[in-house]
Amino acid sequence: MGQISFKSVGKTYAGGVTAVSDVTLDVAEGEFIVLVGPSGCGKSTLLRMVAGLEEITDGEIDIAGRVVNRLDPADRDIAMVFQNYALYPHMTVKENMAYGLKNRRTPKAEIEARVAEAARMLELQPYLDRKPRALSGGQRQRVAMGRAIVRQPAAFLFDEPLSNLDAKLRVSMRMEIRKLQRRIGTTSLYVTHDQLEAMTLADRLVVLNGGKVEQIGKPLEVYHRPASTFVASFIGSPAMNLLDARVEGGQVWLGGAAMGPAGRAEGPVTLGIRAEDLRPAPASQGVALKVEHVEELGSGRVVHGHVDGQALAVSMAPGLPIGDVLHVGAAPEALHLFDTTTGRRIETRTRAAELVL
Amino acid sequence: MMQRLKPFDHLILILGALFLCMPVVMAFASSTHTAIDIHSNGLYVTPGSNGAETYTKVLTQRGGFTGEVTGLTMLMNSMILGVGFAVGKIVLSMMAAYALVYFRFRFATPIFWVIFTTLLLPLEVRIMPSYQVMSELKLLNTYQGLIVPLLASATGTFFFRQFFKSVPDELLEAARIDGAGPVKFFIDILVPLSRTMMAAIFIIMFIYGWNQYLWPMLMTTDESFFTLMRGIKTILQVWVGSQIPDYNEAFALAVLAMVPPLVVVLVFQRMFIKGLTESDK
Repeated sequence: MGQISFKSVGKTYAGGVTAVSDVTLDVAEGEFIVLVGPSGCGKSTLLRMVAGLEEITDGEIDIAGRVVNRLDPADRDIAMVFQNYALYPHMTVKENMAYGLKNRRTPKAEIEARVAEAARMLELQPYLDRKPRALSGGQRQRVAMGRAIVRQPAAFLFDEPLSNLDAKLRVSMRMEIRKLQRRIGTTSLYVTHDQLEAMTLADRLVVLNGGKVEQIGKPLEVYHRPASTFVASFIGSPAMNLLDARVEGGQVWLGGAAMGPAGRAEGPVTLGIRAEDLRPAPASQGVALKVEHVEELGSGRVVHGHVDGQALAVSMAPGLPIGDVLHVGAAPEALHLFDTTTGRRIETRTRAAELVL
Repeated sequence: MMQRLKPFDHLILILGALFLCMPVVMAFASSTHTAIDIHSNGLYVTPGSNGAETYTKVLTQRGGFTGEVTGLTMLMNSMILGVGFAVGKIVLSMMAAYALVYFRFRFATPIFWVIFTTLLLPLEVRIMPSYQVMSELKLLNTYQGLIVPLLASATGTFFFRQFFKSVPDELLEAARIDGAGPVKFFIDILVPLSRTMMAAIFIIMFIYGWNQYLWPMLMTTDESFFTLMRGIKTILQVWVGSQIPDYNEAFALAVLAMVPPLVVVLVFQRMFIKGLTESDK
């Protein structure tokens, strides 16, 4: 009942600006989908199109088996959590949560029961009679979630709900949201620009760039097999190293060193290697990195330097000696090749090797 | 920053306070003396013994040409005018501002500016056409005729428009998702949020209505519609028992005329400040 499907959905504003184009996606019942991308990539617009706050100019959105393009937000059976909470300042916590139900003429006793249940789940019982201004940021966010939960909608829509919280609270709220969603099992769409939030929350990620879908997949799939240089640089921290390299004779060449097999590719390519996939290697096998700067993170360190005039970052365990020049290499499966012009991934491995992931 | 108060500052403040308060004190003190005393001795700054009698007389004695109008009637009329203006203007300008801010219709901005430029036209400019319209509608000598033509308020519309623009859009969106239509959003969300604005506008508009003099004088010839402002004037002209005008009664009416606006300011100012400090936007 809580599936959402997007059929070539697009949004073009009256001025001719295209914010979202050709998004096709099927969200299964109970799935947690995170829409992630840099600001201006259209992720919020897409969410607001699902909510009915923005008109859908192309394609169709289908929620729980109904095409909702022409339905009012109230009739779409969705609930939304906003970045700035959007609580009604003059109503108490209880009234805030009950308002949507009251407008739907839910019987009083049922409203009471649902609000009490949501308050219990969110540990909001002591605050039910307070006004939002008397609550902290985290509590307000919880009230906003309570307002969504009591409605028992087909889908939750989250629009960067944690952006206004401080870093520590964000981490704990993130876990709470995930646990809550698992428990209630409501289909959720979640918009964020924070790739870490996206990785930790999502069943599946939708990476957006410039209004187009770059990649859809499970967090680890997206992490290990980015479909384009954009996804590669956006997901993961530190960002994946992207370097200009050449493929000759089936080998990837970088700075005069053969890095590994290149499959069917040929000529200039963009080579992507994650900082944590790079390991110190014997001088004969690795590529020479001119060390410039070392970031100490406590649990490890990130070494920044240059290879063949190109910046490269390497994650290393603490304690290993670092000289002026460091020879590093990576396992063949850690090499990602991208087309230099389109930025799309070039598959180098056979299907069998992919299945191991 | 705390600053040490100097005696000289105090002196200036005291002089200023006296300057503002003395006329009121003198009006009140004089109203408690008899007209003859005032006539022979001038104004008083100390209360006399005639107060209760004067005020009772002013409030209850029938006067005017018809011998029907009491001070209470006039007080009542002024109240109706003041409250009618204030409430009517708030309701109308809130609805106008709601339409201007939340509904996208053609020429919304030009319409707003047209409304806004009427601010530049004082009532006196359109007093003749307004009178004619009311006269043709047979609304002379009615409360409707007194109140309705002055209800459209550019000031109110402007203030509410600015206020509505400052309400975050997400509230509207949340309300839409919560199933509130345009009317429900207005009544359930915007009106409660505007309480402080309403208090501020009520203060301004009540006093505006209360102080109307020229307009009621034109619109009403029936003495039962007389307001306090006209009453003060008529006392000096009409209620002449002997050769001496009833100064004390005029003063008493003036003092009475000051009380309701004072109460309105005190009550709504508190609400106004409370709203300002409690608001979390």
